[in-house]
Amino acid sequence: MEQMVDDSLEDAFQHRIDAEVKIEPRDWMPERYRASLVRQIAQHAHSEIIGMQPEGNWITRAPSLRRKAILLAKVQDEAGHGLYLYSAAETLGVDREALVDMLQTGRQKYSSIFNYPTLSWADVGSIGWLVDGAAITNQLALTHTSYGPYARAMVKICREESFHQRQGFELLWHLSHGTEAQHEMAQESVNRWWWPSLMMFGPPDHSSPNSEQSMRWGIKRVSNDELRRRFVDMTVPQARALGVLLPDPELRWNESTGHHDFGPINWDEFHRVVGGDGPCNAERLTRRRRAHEEGEWVREAARSWATRHVPARIEAA
Amino acid sequence: MTDALAATRSRLCDYALALGDDCLILSHRLSEWTGNAPDFEEDVALSNLALDLLGQARGLLTHAGELEGSGRSEDDLAYWRDDLQFRNLILVEQPKGDFAWTVTRNLLFSTYQELLYQELSQSAEPILAGIAAKGALEASYHCEHAALWTARLGDGTAESHQRMEQALMALWPLTGEMFELAPGQAELVSAGLAVDPSLVLEQWQLRVGEKLQDATLSIPRVPQRRCQGRLGFHSEHLGHLLAEMQHLHRSHPDASW
Ligand SMILES: [Fe+2]
Ligand SMILES: [Fe+2]
Repeated sequence: MEQMVDDSLEDAFQHRIDAEVKIEPRDWMPERYRASLVRQIAQHAHSEIIGMQPEGNWITRAPSLRRKAILLAKVQDEAGHGLYLYSAAETLGVDREALVDMLQTGRQKYSSIFNYPTLSWADVGSIGWLVDGAAITNQLALTHTSYGPYARAMVKICREESFHQRQGFELLWHLSHGTEAQHEMAQESVNRWWWPSLMMFGPPDHSSPNSEQSMRWGIKRVSNDELRRRFVDMTVPQARALGVLLPDPELRWNESTGHHDFGPINWDEFHRVVGGDGPCNAERLTRRRRAHEEGEWVREAARSWATRHVPARIEAA
Repeated sequence: MTDALAATRSRLCDYALALGDDCLILSHRLSEWTGNAPDFEEDVALSNLALDLLGQARGLLTHAGELEGSGRSEDDLAYWRDDLQFRNLILVEQPKGDFAWTVTRNLLFSTYQELLYQELSQSAEPILAGIAAKGALEASYHCEHAALWTARLGDGTAESHQRMEQALMALWPLTGEMFELAPGQAELVSAGLAVDPSLVLEQWQLRVGEKLQDATLSIPRVPQRRCQGRLGFHSEHLGHLLAEMQHLHRSHPDASW
C-alpha cells in the first residue's frame, strides 16, 4: 500500500519535473532526489570554500594595490557563495555544521581543480579565466535545474562568477602584453591549468554513473561532454585574444561538426586527483581543519554568550 | 611655489603617508585571516575590513604622491619604500595573532581611527577631509564589529576571557604612540589642516573603557612602551611583512600589472 502511494507521488513528481515546474522545499520529493541534491549542493558549497585557498595564497603578495583589492574582493565573494549554497542545502533539511564536518572528514568531495597549486601570480589570472569560466559554463546550465532554491542561487552566483572571469582574463591580458617575463609567466600558467580545467566537467558521458538519473530529475540539464564542448568553443577565441597558446596540438576547428576537436584527456590523472592523490589534497584539507579547530574556542564563546544574552535589538546591517 | 608652501606640502605628504601606512599594514594583517577565520561569516567580515582599509590606504598614498609632487604612485609608495621609510604605528604591524588579538587590536585602532577621521573631516585640506569623512563611516562599522566580538569573547568562556586579557596586556602598551604629534606637524594643526591626535585621547579612553566594561574586561594597568613607528623605527615584524608584500612587484621593476 505504502509503495503504491509513493509510486503515485513519484509519478506526480516526475510530471512536475517534465513540465518544468520548479520543486520547492515544502514539496514532496523522492528521498533519492533529496539525497542527490544535498550531495551536489554541498559539494558545490565545499568547492567555494576550499577554492578560497589557492587564490588566497596570493593576496599578501599581489603585485599592485589595485590587483590586491580585486583579489581580496574575489576571495571574499567565494566565501559568500559558500554561505549561500550551504543555506540552499539547508532548505533540504540538513545543517551546515554537519555538511562542513563531511567536508573536513573527507566524506564529501569538493572540486578537484582546487587540489592544484598556485605557483605564480599568473595562476590567479588562469583560475579566474579558466576555472571560473568552466564554473560559469556549468552553472549557467544549473540556473535551469529543477530545485528552486538551487536554481535561484545559481542565478545570483553566476553574475559574480562572470565578473571573476573577466577580471582573470584582464589580469592575464596585461601579463601577456607586458614584459617578456610576464608573458612567459602567463603562458606557463595556462599550460598548467588548461587540462585540469577540462576535467572540471567530470568523466565522459559514457562513464558517468550518476548522470542519467540526474538528468531525468532535471537536476543536471546538460551532459558533461556537452558542457566541456561549450567551454572549449568559448575559450579558444579568448585564448587567441589573450595571445596565449592552449597546450593541445590536436586542438582545431572542425568545419563539419561546427565545434573544436581536442586531444584526449588524461583520465588517469583525473581519477588519481579525485581519489586524493593530487598535489595539494592533503594541504587543502589540513588547512581547512586547522582553521576550523583554531576557531572552536571562538565559536564556543559566541554560543556561551548567546545563551546569556537575549538579543536586545535586531538592527539592519 | 614659495618655500613656506613647499614646506607645508611636504609636511602634509608625511602626514598622509603615516595615515595611509596604518591602513595599508593593518589591511595586510587582516587579509591574513581570509580563509582562516573562525567561521565563514568572519571570513567575509574580516576581508571586508581589510578591503575598506586598503581602499583608504590607496586614497591616502595616492594623495601623498600628489603632495610630494615627484610623480610617485600609490604602488611606488607601497612597494618601493623600505622599513625605515614606513610611518605606520607599531601596533598595526604586529602579527595577526589569535582571534582575540585581532579583535582587541581592531577595537583599539578603529576607535582611534573613527575619532581621528571625524576631526580630520573638518580639515581645510579638501582631499584629506573627503577621505576622512568616508573613512569615519567605515571605521564606525569596524568599531561595531570589534565591540560585538569584544563582548562575546570577554564575556564568553573562561578561555576566551583569558585570551582577551592577554591580548590587551600585550597591545595596550603600544597605543600611546597613536596620540603623539609627529615632528613638524604642529604647524599643520595650527593651520587647520591636520588633527592633533592628543585631543581625541580622552574620548578614546572613555569609549574603549566602556566597551571593555560591557565585556567584563578592563583597561590593563601596564605602562606604555616607547614606540617610534611614526619616525620609521619599527619592530622586526615589519621587515618580514614587507618582504612578502613587495617581493613580486620588485622582481619585475619594469612591469606594470
Ligand atoms: Fe564562486
Ligand atoms: Fe568565482
